[in-house]
Amino acid sequence: MAGLSGRLSTVVKAKISKMLDRAEDPSETLEYSYQKQMELLQNVKKGLADVVTAKKRLQLQSQKLEQQVVKLDTQARQALAAGNEALARTALERKSAVQAELQGLDGQIAELESQQQSMTDNQAKLQSKIEAFRSKKEVIKAQYSAAEAQVRISEAATGVGEEMADVGLAMQRALDKTENMRARAQAVDELEKAGAFEDLTQLGAGEDDIDRQLKELSSGSQVDGELERMKAELAAGGSSAGELGSGGEERQA
Amino acid sequence: MIVRIATEGQYRLADDLIGRVNALDNEAVAAVEAGDEARFLDLFGQMISLIRAEGAPLPEDELHGSDVIVPPPDTSFDEARHEFSGDGLIPD
Repeated sequence: MAGLSGRLSTVVKAKISKMLDRAEDPSETLEYSYQKQMELLQNVKKGLADVVTAKKRLQLQSQKLEQQVVKLDTQARQALAAGNEALARTALERKSAVQAELQGLDGQIAELESQQQSMTDNQAKLQSKIEAFRSKKEVIKAQYSAAEAQVRISEAATGVGEEMADVGLAMQRALDKTENMRARAQAVDELEKAGAFEDLTQLGAGEDDIDRQLKELSSGSQVDGELERMKAELAAGGSSAGELGSGGEERQA
Repeated sequence: MIVRIATEGQYRLADDLIGRVNALDNEAVAAVEAGDEARFLDLFGQMISLIRAEGAPLPEDELHGSDVIVPPPDTSFDEARHEFSGDGLIPD
């Protein structure tokens, strides 16, 4: 066959063909293959629901982390205003870690969004193909001799079969990605449970495991820079700094 | 000539464009073999863009097997590499 010298394409095509060859003669098992198509359609719908659930979970987490960023930023300012640079640094280190996590989450939400879109498209496309197959099958049977009809139905069945294999592949990839994201969402939940995002003011003075972990996550220079910026801001607006200072002292109580 | 971008859909492509797709495909494979991820991603991206830009999407009520099936647009370098060691995108 012409045009099959491209090797990546050749490998993929060969594999999809092999998947199709495993099926029985499609013209003999039309009803069976129609049932298979319906099953696949059901699976796509289920897969879509999984993607939507995963996305909602990540969105909730993302909102929580955003609030956390604001809180840690405020706490850093308060600590600095109160003259506690070490605590301000800890807050900024946490903020930087939370921001990194947030960035990852946002990227994943966007990816799930596009997964959801393409699965919806795939579902619609598969449905149209199945409909086309069903009506074409009847037309072909009516118009052609038995032998000719068999060839034509076979070609149409190959088209549907390839579409099914492809939708199956798309769904598998979408679900694999969703699974990865679920693992990540779980990791964030666990960090939260371990107290990584706890209110800093409720922490003791001693450095715990979480602090050490977070420090490894956040880049020191970024924190240094932000600390300097905050100091400069505080120096510029002296009155508000005094006001915030009381917040920092509450922490000591 | 009917080309499928796996996980995306089928396109009808003029025969003379197939040569360009194949050339990019072969170069992409060479990049994989050379371990050059950036080059692979660039070439593979060009290949997908070319098909999307020059091909006409096949109407949804047309049922044909494809002459060429290119891997999913989001194929990673690792996946492409594994594709040639047997445990790639599509299970054997």
